Amino acid sequence: MSETALRPHENKETLDTDVTDGELPARLAATWGTAGGLIGALSTVDHKLIGRRYIVTGFFFLVLGGLAAVAMRLQLARPENSLIGPDLYNQIFTMHGTTMMFLFGVPIGEAIAVYLVPLMVGTRNIAFPRLNAFSYYVYLFGGLMIWIAFALNVGADNGWFSYVPLAGPEFSPGKRADFWAQMVTFTEVAALAVAVEIVVTVLKLRAPGMTLDRIPLFVWAMFVNAFLIIFAMPAVMLASSLLILDRLLDTHFFNQAEGGDPLLWQHLFWFFGHPEVYIIFLPGTAFVSAIIATFARRPVFGYPAIVLSLIATGFLSFGLWVHHMFTTGLPQLGATFFTASSMMIAIPTGIQIFCWIATLWDGRPVYRTPLLFVLGFFFIFVAGGLSGIMLASVPIDTQVHDTYFVVAHFHYVLIGGAVFPLLGAIYYWFPKFTGRMMSERLGRWHFWLAIIGFNVAFFPMHLAGLRGMPRRVYTYPAEMGWDGLNLVSTLGATLFVASFLLFLFNVAASLRDGEIAGDNPWDASSLEWATASPPPPHNFDRIPFVTSREPLWAERQALPVVSGLAVDKREVVITTATRALPDLKESSPDPTIWPFVSAIAVGAVFIGSIFTPWAVAWGAPLAAFVIIAWFWPKSIEEDK
Amino acid sequence: MRCCRPALLTPPLLLLTACSGWQSSLDPQGPQADLLAGLFWVFTAVLSAVWLLTMTALVVALLRRHPARTEPLELNTRPERGMARTVGAAAALTLVVVVALTVVSYGAQRALFSGGEAPLTLKVKGHQWWWEVTYEDPGPSRQFTTANEIHVPVGQPVHVKLESADVIHSFWVPNLAGKMDAIPGRENRLVIQASKEGVFRGQCTEFCGWQHAHMAITVVAHSLEDFERWRESQISAAEPPDDPVRKRGMQIFLSRPCVMCHQIRGTPAAGKVAPDLTHIGSRLHIAAGTLPNGRGNLAAWIVDPQGIKPGAHMPLIKLNAEEVEPLARYLEGLK
Amino acid sequence: MDHRVVRDLSDLPNYAFGPRMTMWWGTLAFCVLEGTGFALALGGYLYLAFLNRDWPLGPPPPLFWSGLFTLVSLASLVPNYLVEAAAREENLFKVRILLVIMSGIGVLLAGLRFMEFAVLPVRWDFNAYGSLLWTILGLHAVHLVTDVVDTVVVTVLMFTRHGFGRRFSDVEDNAFYWYFVVISWLPTYVVLYWVSQL
Repeated sequence: MSETALRPHENKETLDTDVTDGELPARLAATWGTAGGLIGALSTVDHKLIGRRYIVTGFFFLVLGGLAAVAMRLQLARPENSLIGPDLYNQIFTMHGTTMMFLFGVPIGEAIAVYLVPLMVGTRNIAFPRLNAFSYYVYLFGGLMIWIAFALNVGADNGWFSYVPLAGPEFSPGKRADFWAQMVTFTEVAALAVAVEIVVTVLKLRAPGMTLDRIPLFVWAMFVNAFLIIFAMPAVMLASSLLILDRLLDTHFFNQAEGGDPLLWQHLFWFFGHPEVYIIFLPGTAFVSAIIATFARRPVFGYPAIVLSLIATGFLSFGLWVHHMFTTGLPQLGATFFTASSMMIAIPTGIQIFCWIATLWDGRPVYRTPLLFVLGFFFIFVAGGLSGIMLASVPIDTQVHDTYFVVAHFHYVLIGGAVFPLLGAIYYWFPKFTGRMMSERLGRWHFWLAIIGFNVAFFPMHLAGLRGMPRRVYTYPAEMGWDGLNLVSTLGATLFVASFLLFLFNVAASLRDGEIAGDNPWDASSLEWATASPPPPHNFDRIPFVTSREPLWAERQALPVVSGLAVDKREVVITTATRALPDLKESSPDPTIWPFVSAIAVGAVFIGSIFTPWAVAWGAPLAAFVIIAWFWPKSIEEDK
Repeated sequence: MRCCRPALLTPPLLLLTACSGWQSSLDPQGPQADLLAGLFWVFTAVLSAVWLLTMTALVVALLRRHPARTEPLELNTRPERGMARTVGAAAALTLVVVVALTVVSYGAQRALFSGGEAPLTLKVKGHQWWWEVTYEDPGPSRQFTTANEIHVPVGQPVHVKLESADVIHSFWVPNLAGKMDAIPGRENRLVIQASKEGVFRGQCTEFCGWQHAHMAITVVAHSLEDFERWRESQISAAEPPDDPVRKRGMQIFLSRPCVMCHQIRGTPAAGKVAPDLTHIGSRLHIAAGTLPNGRGNLAAWIVDPQGIKPGAHMPLIKLNAEEVEPLARYLEGLK
Repeated sequence: MDHRVVRDLSDLPNYAFGPRMTMWWGTLAFCVLEGTGFALALGGYLYLAFLNRDWPLGPPPPLFWSGLFTLVSLASLVPNYLVEAAAREENLFKVRILLVIMSGIGVLLAGLRFMEFAVLPVRWDFNAYGSLLWTILGLHAVHLVTDVVDTVVVTVLMFTRHGFGRRFSDVEDNAFYWYFVVISWLPTYVVLYWVSQL
């Protein structure tokens, strides 16, 4: 066959205008589908399959992190308890924090974005779907690696913040801190890659007509969040890389005796670590905005204000990191600046809360489980945000910093701000993910058990902290008078755990015999509800043409769509970044096993490097080879 | 609340403390802590009011008679404008609250860190997992080192210079002042002051490894005369034992690896890596607040340090059963 | 849900150049995040330089190889611009020649960087100054080598039967990333080589 015969211009391809409406879904599903078998499953680049795995894996790590929390609560239930010794306790609290922040908090928000953002912007796959598959495997391997290390008694034990010099070569011999550092670097590769995919999906893959002011608030929040990840994660990757260099190659970045500085670690870590809190919280706002619009039965009030608040939150979150370092003896004037900026972030957050309350005020609230969790979010998160204002004050912080007051504060913020909306989100989108509704009755029990259990567990911690109980202690003397508060916390934690068991039961039972959902069970307005539940491999039979911010409410009769896309090859519509004018029909990559193989190769380099630096020298060319194999075009079709 | 352990082994001073409040930021016993507690309550009052207002708004929003509307997009401009005004007002109010609290906080910060002269300066050095305390004095012979216990005169500001021998620790005696980190390679400063006599407990608040939980420090506030008396006794070297059992205890101490790490001034024991034991008998606790002081606990600590404080750098020294008692009695007598 | 077709996109092209393509935005995003990494690393350098009164803690790095590296990388911007333009014209002949030139320049620069490491005045394990020099140069070297490998792969690709269509857009993206490699070097060069001379 001559080369010219394959040129696209002469090769007439089948467009959706060439087939009948009845034939179209099956043809598209065949083009976009995932092959059967293990190889097929590992080769898939369907954002919904990857997203589903991401979500399930995120919850799996939530369960592990939760079990670690249970162990801590049991140990602290009584003073001078000998259930868990200091060595194990330190590993457990480190694994709890590390898992919740790096393996659950950040990935779960991205996971839901991976599933929903392409559907909400009305396209057929995420941008860079192979990179997406690669990210998932990297995340999975990184998470498994640190938990397997823990099971082998090589669990990280310096806290999720791994302050030097404690985590440095002198005070943490052995491999524990190495596993921690490499896991962080490794999984943040995944977080960054997904962030890039989300940014490009939102900028270039929006359905025609979805101008900037028609982007759903959910997507805005995920978009801003992706930028936060892009600017924040390099800091922690740099920090963990410098740590591993100090540990394995005898560099001196954090060694004050040779010109380094332990506080350099803290600056780098918190430059990431504070935006991290917003990286966990912004997906929560995404869920809240979506759920409130649907269950208040009107669009969210103050769309421009909320979008601007999200952007302002993003910017301000990079000006707060020093408030984690108020007790390190920094110059007072600098500290004051960070007090002011830390308090200022209350304003954009407040504006969002006020807009949501206004939406409920003018709406006709429907009290289904997703909305209940959002109401729980208000109750808990607002309290956590306000205690955060206390921590922003340098003087108050010198009393409560590193005490249980702070533990209480950030659990109010993170569980209130991220986990309650997340649980609401699962109830809300479960029908879309699975085609079945979750049980409303169990949902209500779950909600009440969760909100009571949470408050009983975490409110007393404020008091324990004020009465002098420091964080990260494996035990405390009886005469401190903290035993009553701790016992109450443990009882509350038991209730909270019970609520999660109920949730898992509800998921399992509903998967089997939940009511069949249909396309749009809640009569919601965004595009993911315009297709089947669960969506077909190609998401939409025809790409929507967006005419309104609330497309499904504005177009009650028939959804405007575009035609003219290829049927037998994967093609997505590229639109212009602001006005969303249709511009190109770019081909979208086919399934391939190479991202999986690449993730294994890169993982092997990372794990090997813990034991010998030569792993990098030998592994890098191997990884490069695999990645080149991944990018090398497999057919002439892909070149078009 | 359970109360203290029986205080029979400790001087009557301990009885002065309100047990559950002896490490509490809500029970201020000095001007710094007073200021901080006051600031805390101001913030708590204002922010609680904000929380209540927000929740009230939410409840009202949920309970009011809602507009009749069949289609979600049937919005009217008039209520929308009203809502915009209300949200704008709430945002403006937030700004006012935040600015006001920032100003209040800044005022307290200036008062707190204004410095000023202090007649007494201590150097406190964090170790894994105990505190080395040096009382500085222009006369080198009047300088002395002790461990895990600080005595201060009532009513006088005391400068604390914070250093670390290994990893980052944080010095916190909440009844007297906020906390400050002890960071290797740096020197941080803190002022503490007690306004009445009492015993206050402090604890390391920066995670520092295995025994972070057992790294307490005791602060004893006396009248100026009592303080001076205490200081004089601490400056002096240890008195040689007079009874045969304690003499034997001293011999055991000096002939064992104890001397590699511990110092007892007035004897050949001059180790510097572990707490100075010259006047260990005068302290309220041993092992950085882990156990109340007393012969029995001293013996227990010597026999099984790793059982009491796993991971601590105090090794297990093999002693014969009959050696423990004299050694504990010797140490107990180092008043 | 029922559909009504309102636009037909049959005539849209399959690829284009620059910001019209997703890959351009993806490359830009990676440049931004890696640029953040460089900025933070250089921030770390300046932070430690500020803390240590007698910076640099050792002799300043010699200027010969790094100066040559800087000149060559600036000069490479010209053929890089030309290859970008040729890719947009879809001129396969020019693209092939210029890619070969760019691959040669890339290999040369990698060699210069290697010489640079050989003459660094302090080892990485000597003190924090040595650690910073080696690590920041190494960080840039990783980007350099990555793009050189990528350039070589794209060069080979353009000599195979795949050398048409959207592969021209890949060539353009490769050139785009090269700009980043050169531009990220300039502040790095100033900080590592000139701040310590002050």
